[in-house]
Amino acid sequence: MTLSLVRLDDRLVHGQVVVGWGRALDVQLVVLVDDRVRASEWEQDLYRMGIPAEVELRFASVPEAIAAAPGWLASPLRTIVVTGDVDTLAQLVEGSDIRRVNIGGIHQQPHRSKRLPYVYLSDDEASRLVSLVARGVDVSAQDVPTARPVPLGEFT
Amino acid sequence: MSEPLKGIVLSHAALAQAMVDAVKQITGESGGLVPVSNDGCDGGQLGKRLDAAIGGSDAVVFVDLPGGSCLQAAMRHLRTGEQVAVVAGVNLAMLLDFVYQRHLAPADAARRAAEHGVRAVRSLPA
Repeated sequence: MTLSLVRLDDRLVHGQVVVGWGRALDVQLVVLVDDRVRASEWEQDLYRMGIPAEVELRFASVPEAIAAAPGWLASPLRTIVVTGDVDTLAQLVEGSDIRRVNIGGIHQQPHRSKRLPYVYLSDDEASRLVSLVARGVDVSAQDVPTARPVPLGEFT
Repeated sequence: MSEPLKGIVLSHAALAQAMVDAVKQITGESGGLVPVSNDGCDGGQLGKRLDAAIGGSDAVVFVDLPGGSCLQAAMRHLRTGEQVAVVAGVNLAMLLDFVYQRHLAPADAARRAAEHGVRAVRSLPA
């Protein structure tokens, strides 16, 4: 597997991803997987503003991402895939051979409870992530590269 | 224009608050600048914080980075059609100038602030 990082982060492409992880992994390609952003040129332009010239940014819907995942896994390009919600992440993982995911920032909402300082999940979202682990996927939380990865079992 | 412009400083962590505090310490001006942090919120919540800070006033939003969640929130607010302009890459020099230029229209104040901020960045020989 050559995908450098598959991340769940509700801010999608932002400083932590581009600067924190991008620099640490010397990333060449970022793929933003989100049906809403994929459908909006205006939203895509917003995310392009934060990407350095030497990094390529692509956009994919969930079906497009599932179709492209084998290529990403086989590609020599150092690649970060970012999804913004648990459902999108789970669909992508369940439809592909991705076997490791990183939980980044998932922020507070009325239906969520605090699991880590930067991770809030509803019970349904937590269960969906646990189901990925049951499928053999390594799920851990780590907001920045210098932090300790926290296995899902420690916060669900 | 009846009311002076607001300046919203929108940043990661506590940078915005620190910059507003520094402007007050240097100029004695405490009105007009409002700090907003992206701490602990997603894009939707940050948008609501920004909307509340602007409060329907004419404003310039100063964002810390030329990309990322803060700029995205500011650019989304521009679509509301309110009289708001955005400057990315805020520095202290541009804020120090801005607090004395709040009579300008948002676009003019933003343009002036950006020019002032760029002029303040210098590489000095050892």
